[in-house]
Amino acid sequence: MKFCFTDEQEQFRTVLRRFFVEKSPATEVRRLMATDTGWERATWKQLNKELGLSAVHIPETYGGQGFGFVELGIVLEEMGRALLCAPYFSSVVLAATAILNAGTEQQKQARLPGIAAGDTIATLAFTEDNGAWDSAGIEMVATPAGGGYRLDGVKSFVLDGHTADLIVVLARQPGSSGDDGLSLFTVAGDAPGLARQLLKTADMTRKQGRLKFQSVQAELLGEAGGAAAPFARTLDQAAACLANEMVGGAEKLRESAVDYAKMRVQFGRSIASFQAIKHKCADMLVDVELAKSAAYYAAEAAAANDPDLPAIASLAKACTADAYMQTAIHTIQIHGGIGFTWDNDSHLWFKRAKSSEVLLGGPHYHRELLMRRWNV
Amino acid sequence: MSEADEVSIRAEARAWLEANWNPDVDLVEWRKKLADTGWGVPTWPKEWYGRGLSAVQGAVVEAEFRRIGAVGVAKTGIRMLAAATLFDHGSQLHKRKFLHRILTGEDIWCQLFSEPGSGSDMAAASTRADLKDGKWIVNGQKLWTTSAQHAQYGLLLARTDWNVPKHRGLSYFIIDMKQPGITVQALAQMNHHASFNQVFFTDAVIEPEFLVGKLGEGWKVATTTLMHERRSAADGISSWGQESGRVGRAYDQERAEIATVMEPYKWYPQRAGRVDLVVERAQATGKNTDPVVRQEIAKLLTLHRTGQWISSRARAAQQMGRTPGPEGSLGKLVASHVARAAANVHTLISGADAMLTGEDSPLNGVIAEILVSTPATSIAGGTDEIQRNIIAERVLGMPKEPGLDADRPFKDVPRNIVS
Repeated sequence: MKFCFTDEQEQFRTVLRRFFVEKSPATEVRRLMATDTGWERATWKQLNKELGLSAVHIPETYGGQGFGFVELGIVLEEMGRALLCAPYFSSVVLAATAILNAGTEQQKQARLPGIAAGDTIATLAFTEDNGAWDSAGIEMVATPAGGGYRLDGVKSFVLDGHTADLIVVLARQPGSSGDDGLSLFTVAGDAPGLARQLLKTADMTRKQGRLKFQSVQAELLGEAGGAAAPFARTLDQAAACLANEMVGGAEKLRESAVDYAKMRVQFGRSIASFQAIKHKCADMLVDVELAKSAAYYAAEAAAANDPDLPAIASLAKACTADAYMQTAIHTIQIHGGIGFTWDNDSHLWFKRAKSSEVLLGGPHYHRELLMRRWNV
Repeated sequence: MSEADEVSIRAEARAWLEANWNPDVDLVEWRKKLADTGWGVPTWPKEWYGRGLSAVQGAVVEAEFRRIGAVGVAKTGIRMLAAATLFDHGSQLHKRKFLHRILTGEDIWCQLFSEPGSGSDMAAASTRADLKDGKWIVNGQKLWTTSAQHAQYGLLLARTDWNVPKHRGLSYFIIDMKQPGITVQALAQMNHHASFNQVFFTDAVIEPEFLVGKLGEGWKVATTTLMHERRSAADGISSWGQESGRVGRAYDQERAEIATVMEPYKWYPQRAGRVDLVVERAQATGKNTDPVVRQEIAKLLTLHRTGQWISSRARAAQQMGRTPGPEGSLGKLVASHVARAAANVHTLISGADAMLTGEDSPLNGVIAEILVSTPATSIAGGTDEIQRNIIAERVLGMPKEPGLDADRPFKDVPRNIVS
């Protein structure tokens, strides 16, 4: 296992950080989060034309750049730091990875180049109203119809579900349960019978949709009834990615808290000289560095196809979620009254921390998975 | 070092060891030979028992010692810190008198820095040394002194001037521990061990030539010792000693020497929390089916693993020649978190058994020892609070808290309030 980024990876990070500082300042985040779409095609195009970011982990044969999860992790960490408003996690991390894991060769050839180029915005619709993060919660039914399938049911908490061009959907054969009878499908965003509604999310920087399927025509992705394994794998890889995104945000918050403390004077001295504040900041640094270690290790495990990835992904998801949330709470506390206001930027990251804490399953859920995966 | 260089040093060391090493030799006699030929500490200067080799060349010699199984010079305790301090600040007399017997193991050393009234604030030491009739007369008390009961000499930090601020009134001495003015008492700990001593000085005497460095510059000298201590802590004490199976008088003598020195540290694995025992204990007790316990185990294992990964990141960055990031400064604090969490989990797993101790407690007392030893982790070697100050000030660049002692004569600085 490698514990250090290469010089090339560090340079890549530097380029990204500079790009996002310019393209995604808090004013831009605030402008985009106030829109229903939540992102803008112009910025998204630039992201992909100039830096090829949506192609990073997609193999070259499918129009991608052929890097791995470590580079993808770097992209996500920097996006998380900048709180970039873009359909990246939905399209590149969730949908492209699901297609890579489940699709037939022909389907990968057909679907991935569009995502890699940033022309197609895709997403993965798996969660339903019951909010379960694993296959046990899947109730949506896929019925064979003609040459294809018909989907009936509801998907919720779908990232960018209201705007995506292509939706990868998880559904089951009638009468099946658990991991059995699960299949993945692709559906066009404007398919007849599909009703899409934007959900009101506390974290306005990451939009979610509720998708109602009534007899919607769908194309099978991969093997009928064989989606459990590729879906589980997609979730592990996505958890590792989200962990990296979260530590980017956590570190940004930690820096803003320390900067604010150094600037703020009360009782005739910098509040950064009070041990009550210093100790909190030291604890934040420890939390964030532990979380970074977990996120980087998980990205390495995903890149190396480590058989322990399921456990490591859960460890990283739980650890980074706790660290991000705790850092957000401390950051607002250190800012004092101003930290609780709308004008102060802390709440933007606080809300992303909260939505990321829950997305893909909360810390308790993942700790239990970790125990099972380590056979405790 | 060129390859030819390495080959010739290796050959020379090998030839010398093959001609001279004999496992049935008397250890002190052998070490005298090592000191006199320079093979025992090849990286030391030629005029002081070494061969003036580089660290890399020294490692080649060390490898030859390991290969042939030869016992090296004495390295236990704080003797090498004493030697390093004498090299940095000692006089010719100090080096002539002490270095040889440090290497042979004939003299054991102890460090007399901490006091009951100066723990985290070590520069507030109030043990005094007063010059009377040309000799230093020492009065006061030191604490947390490992091996004081065995030591011939101590490295003493004492106050020689009370009219200047705290850092400027300290001086550094070598004190003969075997004298009537010194009483050593074991200090019982809450976990039934007594790993350290309290040392009482009542008109103990130091000859004037055993001042190390200049008068009033003791803090600077002590800082050197502590710097070497941190460096050697990183090397780890596990590298001491040979495998247990070796036969020979020299091996027996070395094992006895190490056993004496290691005795106080028997409980240290328990102090760190024994995370290695958690899963098997949970499975053996059936507590692994309790969802609350499972959550706590998962938190502990996560903390433990991520703590190891932080260290791995720090090491990897160092190997790549990168500027050290913050990850290198956090280990001590993380170790405290791990120890605390481990004690919590062992308690959950043990249930009512956690109230027992000794042979009535699980694993013949090991679990009980964990529960009453872990509080030391967040105190010894710098409290968590001091660690946080260091991290905040040195890593995050936050300002120091204004102090009340830095600019006034030490005699006017408030001390412990005893009512």
